[in-house]
Parts: sequence; C-alpha cells; structure tokens
Amino acid sequence: MTESPSTPFLQARGLTKGFSGVTALSGVSLSVEQGEVHAVIGENGAGKSTLMKILAGVQPQDKGQILIDGVPIVLNGVDQALAQGIALIHQELNLADNLDVGSNIFLGREPTRLGLIDSKKIESQASHFLSMVGLDIDPRTLVETLPIGVQQMVEIAKALSVNARLLIMDEPTSSLSHRETEELFRVIEKLKSQGVTILYISHRLFEIETIADRVTVLRDGENAGILEKDEISHDTMVEAMVGRNISQFYSRKRCEPGETLLEVKELRTLAWPQHAISLEVKAGEMVGIAGLVGAGRTELLRAVFGIDKSESGSVMIADKRFSGHKCRDAISAGMALVPENRKTEGLILEMGTRQNIGLPALDRYRTAGIFANASREREASDQMIREMHIKTPSDWQHVRYLSGGNQQKVVIGKWLSMKPKILLLDEPTRGVDIGAKQEIYRLMEELASEGVAILFVSSEMEEVISMSDRVIVMHEGRISGELAREHASEEAIMHLATGGQVQDFSKTGNIK
Amino acid sequence: MKKVLGIFGLLVFICIATHIMSDAFLTEFNIENLIRRSALFGILSIGAAFVIITSGIDLSIGSVVCLIGCLLPWMLVERGMSVPVSLFAVLAVSLLIGFTHGLLITKIKLQPFVVTLCGLLFYRGLTRGIVHDQTQGFRGGFSGLRVLSQGQLPIPGTEFGIPNPCLILVVVAIAAIILLNFTVYGRYMLALGRNETATRFSGINTDRITILAYVICALLSGLGGLLFVLDVGSAQPVDFGNFYELYAIAGAVLGGCSLRGGQGTILGVVIGAAVMQVLKNTITLVDAIPTNIEYAVIGAVILAGVVTDEFVKRIAAQRRSQVAQRVE
Repeated sequence: MTESPSTPFLQARGLTKGFSGVTALSGVSLSVEQGEVHAVIGENGAGKSTLMKILAGVQPQDKGQILIDGVPIVLNGVDQALAQGIALIHQELNLADNLDVGSNIFLGREPTRLGLIDSKKIESQASHFLSMVGLDIDPRTLVETLPIGVQQMVEIAKALSVNARLLIMDEPTSSLSHRETEELFRVIEKLKSQGVTILYISHRLFEIETIADRVTVLRDGENAGILEKDEISHDTMVEAMVGRNISQFYSRKRCEPGETLLEVKELRTLAWPQHAISLEVKAGEMVGIAGLVGAGRTELLRAVFGIDKSESGSVMIADKRFSGHKCRDAISAGMALVPENRKTEGLILEMGTRQNIGLPALDRYRTAGIFANASREREASDQMIREMHIKTPSDWQHVRYLSGGNQQKVVIGKWLSMKPKILLLDEPTRGVDIGAKQEIYRLMEELASEGVAILFVSSEMEEVISMSDRVIVMHEGRISGELAREHASEEAIMHLATGGQVQDFSKTGNIK
Repeated sequence: MKKVLGIFGLLVFICIATHIMSDAFLTEFNIENLIRRSALFGILSIGAAFVIITSGIDLSIGSVVCLIGCLLPWMLVERGMSVPVSLFAVLAVSLLIGFTHGLLITKIKLQPFVVTLCGLLFYRGLTRGIVHDQTQGFRGGFSGLRVLSQGQLPIPGTEFGIPNPCLILVVVAIAAIILLNFTVYGRYMLALGRNETATRFSGINTDRITILAYVICALLSGLGGLLFVLDVGSAQPVDFGNFYELYAIAGAVLGGCSLRGGQGTILGVVIGAAVMQVLKNTITLVDAIPTNIEYAVIGAVILAGVVTDEFVKRIAAQRRSQVAQRVE
C-alpha cells in the first residue's frame, strides 16, 4: 500500500472484532481526512456501532491497527481516546441531568480555587464552548429542563471542551426534531470550518446526502466501498449497502389466507403520536415488518399488544374490538407477543422450562381457586418440549443455562400453550444459531397453516423476504410502504426504510 | 430551594398547630430539649444524605451510634483510658467502619442494602459482646466532656441559650454544604448518583467517591453516638440507638433526598430531621393523639410528604413539556 502524499488524520487498518463467536467486524479499514465530515453507513448489524466503539476506546479490537497522523496508537479506555482528541457522542445521552450545563461540560475537570469549585470560571468557559455550538443559554441551567436537542448540543460542547479533534456522532439525530436537526447541521458545518473532523453515523440517508464529504459503506462487518462527494446520492448509497445476493434460504409453503383476525385502525403510539397506523393480518397470513432500528416497529407491536398505552386508535383482535386495552385483554382475546429481548422480557431466567411455559396459563387453570395446577403445567411443558425439540437436561433446569435458540423456543412455547389466534413476534431469531432458526421458521410456517395470523418484526432482510406473504416497511414511526411478496426485494425494502417514496421507487424500475 | 421552603413550611405548620393544642410546647424546657434532639438527629441525617445522594443506603447508622455510645464510657470508665485516647479510638473505629462499607460495595460489588444490613446486626452484637450487655455510663464524672452535649451558649441579655449540639450541627451542616455544593467531591457524588456511566466516562474514579460517602456517613454516625451518650449519660447496649437509622433516612428523604440518587440539599435534610423530632414531641404533648400510634403518625406524614413531592414534580414536568412544545 502506498501512502498518499498527505497522511490521513485517522486511519484504521484491518479492524476485526468478534462477540462470543459472532464476527461483528472483519478486516475493516477506514481513512478519514482532517476536517471532513465522514459518514459511515450500513444496514442493521453491518458493524457501524462496533467500529465507532473501538475508535472511541469503549471496547478494544481483536485485531487491527489505529493510526492518528500516521502514528499507531493504542486505545485502552475512553480516557485514552479523549487524550488523543477522540470523543464519542453517544446515541443515548450521557449527561448527569440533575446538574447544570456548565457542571456537565467540565465534569471531571473542574477548575478549582482554594480547593473549591470555581463556578465563575466554569460559567465563563462554558459560555465559550456553548457559543461554539451556537447555544445561547445560561450555563447554570439545569440539564433536565432542556429539550433533548439542546442536551445533544451540550454534549457536543462537552466534547469540544476537551479539545476533541475527532467527534464521533452515533445516530445524533435519532431523537431530534426537524428544526433541531438543521441546527445540528449548522453546528457541524461550523466545526468543520474550524478544522474539527466528524465521523457521522446515521440511518438517514437524506442527512448524509446533505452533510457528508465522503461515505464509507459497511456490509456484514466488512468494507463495501467508499463514495466520494460527487458520488453520494440516495440510490448509490442504497445500492452499496445492499448489493448482496439473497438466496431464498428458506422457501416456505404458502397457504390461502382466511378471515381477518387482526385489524389495527388509526393507532397512534406514544413514541410517534403524529402518525396513525393501520394494518390488518388474516388467518394463515404471515406479515413481516421491516425497517431500520428505531423506526418504531417494536413500539407498534407493544402498542398493538397493549403493553404500552396508545394515544388513540383501536385494535380488533379476533372478533373483539379494543381501544386502550391492556395486554391482559389482548391475551384473553387470543393474542400473544414474543418480545424483542427474551432475557429481560420473555423469560424468568432463574426458573425452569416448565415454570416458564406454565406461567401465562397459570391463572386460567387454578385448582380450588388458589392452587397452581401442577399436572397441567407439566403436561403443557412436556408437550412443548417434545413438539419444539427444546433441548434441556430437565424441565427444572434454569433457562439461563440454555442456548439462545432453546431459550427462544421456550418463549414461543410459553405462548403456544395458550393456543393463540394471533402471534406477534419481535425479532424472532435474533441471536440464535442457524439450526434453531430453521426450526423457528418451520414452526411459524406450521402455525400459519393452522390458521394463526402472524405479524413479525425483523431486521434480517433474508428473514423478512423469505417468510413474509406481505412486507410492511416502516420509516420514522410511519408505514412508508407495503410490498407484496413478489415485489419484496432487498433494494425495495431498503429504499422505503430509508425514507424513499413508493412512487419514486417504481420509476427507477427496480421492481420487476 | 422551593423544596426547602416547602418542608420548612411543614415544620412551621406543625409547630404552630402543636402550640395551639398544647400549652407545654412553647416552654423553655421543651424548646431547648427539642432543639437538642433535632440537632443530634440532624447530624445523623446529614450522614445518611451523603450516602443516599450517591444512590446508596446505610442501615447501620443506629448500630454505629450504639457501638460508639457504649464504647466511649466503657473505655473511659471501665478501662480507665484517657479522654484524648478514647476520642481518637472512637473516631478511628467510625472511620474504619465507613471505609469497610465502601470497599465491600465498590470493590466486591455487594449491594449497599446488604452490606449495611449486616453492619446493623454485626455492630450491635459486637457492642453487646464487648460490654457484656451491661449499661455503660459516666457515673457522674467527665462533666467537662459532657458539656459538649449538655452545655449551651448563653444568648446575651436573655436567660436562654443555644444548646451545644445545635452549634455542632451548624458547623457540620456548613461543612457539608461546602463539601456537597462547592467542591469537586460533592459534584461527583451528585453526578454519579444520577448517572454513574456518564460520570465514569468523564474520567472520574467513582469508587473512591462512593467510599468517601460511606466514610462521611459512618463518621457522622460516630459523632452522633458520642453526642447522644454524652447527653443522656449512659447507654444500654441492647436498645441504644435502636431505629435511629430509620429516623436518619426518613429525615433525609423528607428533606428532599431521592433514594434514586443525585438529589438533595443539606438544609432540607436538617429541617427534615427536625420535623421528625417535632412530630414525636407533638404526639407526646397533645392529649388528643394517643402516644401508642406514634409510628403510624410519623409514617403517614412521611408518606404524605413524598406523595406531594411526586405530584409537584409531575406537574412541573408537564408544564415544561408544554413550554417545549410551544417553542417547537
């Protein structure tokens, strides 16, 4: 490799990182020039966040090298990255919101006088950094009283106060309003003109079109190309991100859908009250919800199931119509939800398979009014262990010690023992091995053929495309489009998921 | 600040109500006694507040009071040790207790509740073992030392005086206010109590700060134990300081500390501790309230206080989001 005449500000070579056997990054390289806004894009799970965490010293790489101004450096911990002038603006805000703005900016580096904190100095210096990000607020304002967009700016000001030369922004606009986003862009431009380099990660391709000088594309933990300024467009980015060959890795039997079992009407979730969502799923139909992380898919499922309150709207479950229902109502009407995070939401880890599977039906099968019906519990759990091939040494073995795939089967089994008419699944195969995946798919298929209506959220393209009869794509809290099975290509889904329009899309002729 | 005014209002209200219902309330003897008790519990509450602000808890306060309260007369009278040596010894013991709590919580990562619950049991048992369940007292001696608790600073021109524990409380409170609000250590306690990750990511040694909070709490518990026994004159190891940790914690919570951490003012805590003592006094003095429901009244008042606080907070948050929406 020949060095370019001017050494890039930051270089990463061959970065590799695995998490318990799963490779998140493999041999990724990155080259960022001083004073540019460099975007990193990729699908869910492409390795963007892992890359950023390595660069910010949050976690070390397994292999590979990081160079600043051509000098190799070792980043062991956030403070070492800070000492090199690298600061990460977290996706979730990292401020102590019970303190004021100035205290947060100088947290850990308070100027003191006679052993006491020099508040005057903090105030005057904080004002300087606040004005750098275009904020005209009193440094004595409590952080918790500020809108989220302003808090974000405070965090940037905090990074600047340690003389950060490289700001890593991980999805900085995910919780910002339109106006706040524009304000952020103005600040980014200003920082750029002052020589600050920005590494910008976002799912929002329109934003990247607006501000990025260069784009590095990641796909499945590997480099998938670099786009120069004049090459950056929505279409080129989508193309570079997907460009993968999807083999129909699971071809499933289809069945004729029956009557409508689930109808969601004008539902407004608390997370995205500005968008009313309507959809329906028929008996025997499998509908996939695709979209990027944070598009509001999980929130939708939770509102439909009644775990979260909804702002307005109604849900028809089987033949009962609810508005403002609780999940208890949904369950007794025949609905079940397999949640996104099985360890915290799906299972009681310190109980065995039998008790976990028995839990939802415990109330229904009481003996003498108060006693748990142990024999029914055992029967249900025996049946599920048999039918779903749950591998466990005994049904008392705490589920904590089962593999991810078997844990997921327990969560699904827990609901199947209730014989649901409608099954909602959130990321049904996240973190399970390929064998268990196939079994879960087979199970979903069987349920559909028995007339269960299935609505599932998935971030895996292959899964959505090969399992769904219909694909609903969400973008920023609304349904941005719906694709019939024959039109559900990876490109079409990505296009809608990144805010493209349905009609735009048909013009490009990507649909056969 | 509004919170401090609120709790101060409550204190004034209870005082006025008690005065109306009982002639014995506004007497020199009663007021002096009340101030003395409030000051002693105020010291314990300040200690509890530091721990609570770092989102921890200390349940061993009462047992530390017992340990120190019994050790001091035991060393002076039974063992015939000198005053400076004895004072130094109780100081060292308190320090060691706080340091041990802090180490167990930060280095071995035990839960504060568990560590200090074990402390609650351990120190009382230890005390009873050391002194063989015998009441420890000064036997009429050491009046010079006992002035610390029993004496008062006369107010010139009147026959009244400020009890010495109150003066000590003022000193402790001022030191605590400076530590919490004007030094980096206090700032770090507030920050780590609210957002431990952010504090650690700011390059702060959060373990050290947590240990500091437990050391402060144990030291003030020890100081409290010392002043209590100097005041009363003797300590019975079986029940001396019983439940004091609950009064200390209740005072801190009533005074505006949140058990979620990151919140609290020293002034509020001192007033909160005073409210607890005035309430006890009210129940004793007012004939209409039977003395045996004392705990029920105190429990109800604390509950009412925190419920009100929660509602006030909710209304404030609502108003804030409305303002934010209008700005949008």
